[in-house]
Amino acid sequence: MSNDALFDPIDPLKVHATPPEGHSSNSRLERVLRQGRFAVTSELNPPDSANPEDVYDAARPLSEVVDAINATDASGANCHMSSLGICSLLTRVGYSSVLQISCRDRNRIAIQGDVLGAAAVGVGNILCLTGDGVGVGDQPGAKPVFDFDSISLLRTLRTMRDEKMFLSGRRITQGPRIFLGAAENPCIPPYEVRADRLQKKVEAGAQFIQTNYIYDVPRFEKFMQRVRDLGLEDKVFILAGVGPLASARAARWMRANVPGIHVPDHVIERLEGAEKQGAEGKKICIELIQQMREIKGVSGVHVMAYRREELVSEIIQDSGVLEGRHAAPRGRRARKSEATD
Amino acid sequence: MYTVRRFVVRHSRFFEWVYECFEPMLVFLDPVWSRFGYNRMERPVAFAERHIKGLLFDCQMCGQCVLSSTGMSCPMNCPKNLRNGPCGGVRENGHCEVKPAMKCVWVDAWEGASRMKGGDKISIVQPPVDRSLEGSSSWLRVARERAEEKRATRDAAREAMAEAFSEAREEEPAAAPLATEPPNAQPMQEAEESTSVLTVEKTPS
Repeated sequence: MSNDALFDPIDPLKVHATPPEGHSSNSRLERVLRQGRFAVTSELNPPDSANPEDVYDAARPLSEVVDAINATDASGANCHMSSLGICSLLTRVGYSSVLQISCRDRNRIAIQGDVLGAAAVGVGNILCLTGDGVGVGDQPGAKPVFDFDSISLLRTLRTMRDEKMFLSGRRITQGPRIFLGAAENPCIPPYEVRADRLQKKVEAGAQFIQTNYIYDVPRFEKFMQRVRDLGLEDKVFILAGVGPLASARAARWMRANVPGIHVPDHVIERLEGAEKQGAEGKKICIELIQQMREIKGVSGVHVMAYRREELVSEIIQDSGVLEGRHAAPRGRRARKSEATD
Repeated sequence: MYTVRRFVVRHSRFFEWVYECFEPMLVFLDPVWSRFGYNRMERPVAFAERHIKGLLFDCQMCGQCVLSSTGMSCPMNCPKNLRNGPCGGVRENGHCEVKPAMKCVWVDAWEGASRMKGGDKISIVQPPVDRSLEGSSSWLRVARERAEEKRATRDAAREAMAEAFSEAREEEPAAAPLATEPPNAQPMQEAEESTSVLTVEKTPS
């Protein structure tokens, strides 16, 4: 695959071109996964500003090393620049983006409209999420919507794409060409049903999965065993979620306060025993990526670190998963481009 | 009530059996509901349903009951109203992310489903709730839907017959009738209907 094929089309007419045979979108992430390459994605933490340069500053280090950039949708129920706004900025310069949709803030009318809009500006991937409760965010008095859940949302978007109609049955003249994703959290209860729930997501329309942070590899392996037993490894691409821990204290705090994060004791002890905890956290993350690569059925990694995009870039490069794949953007794409080749 | 709701989930197999007997009865009574008018029956039946299911399941009267597919644990008690399974925020002890004192509704649901004969129905993808049906009776809705299904099956058979014997139907319309028959014209049908209810009930939806 030439480097040019790695980029998403920015020409508006090409955005709407018929996807390659067997593909449901023109997204680079889908191309990489379907070619059987180890995919790498990361997330861009949205700025609290209306300045597009803030988005490009955060995206630049990621764009060099990932196949798609997720734009989070008010994660943790905290208000930031919208996912659709960020994706729209990213697609303008040819970066592959993943629009995240949380069911917490918008009802079915808003979401279906947003999806058409996103597809029109060239967003090729959509990640369907339930979303955290409003209570954990910065505006706990907000009204929680939850009109859809992640699974009914997936089925709705698949219907829009494949049947070319809204949930009301009204026709859509051109369906959104999108690659559909969902999240899964293999390391938290109820453990036995996590893989079954994944199956339900695949039935509903999920084509790729990005998991939450995984620090407990044996437990994840058990989950993957069940995934393989259910015959899901051929039906969905699984990207394992990893990220660096800053320190033992931060890890303890996250475990206690952030919903859905499980950090086993041995990881925290290893951090505590290290001279430089930050560097050790980075090392653990690189090891995790290499371990994930060896697990059958894992198609890639999703590397997350809140507002530390440079660190993510270093981790991905040091892990060696790019295998010489040169994803550096061309000058015309990166606005303040230093990386031209 | 929380304790009653948890008790029901622990005895989900028994409540599944109760409903297996109850649903055919609702459908069997379709002629009664129709005679009085579904519209007129709505308030009293919804009143009864609200109180009975409120006590047993903490029912929120969404009007689109799916308890048989959710291990007898009502998904509307999930603070996110999730209809398809637990979110990714369940605590280590299996409790709710939003209400830490409450056991996750979906952890309960999967436990309840594991005890039920039709427990695998939990893997069916459920649509989003139609909020305009909130407060209305799910029982009457089930009766109407099942009765309608039966009518549709019967009509399909009649249409097939009329098509296969079209010349006979043209000359002798009564030989392969298509028009809706009044209930009194089918005394035998009534008896058959009550048995066919069970087959409908056992068909996975």
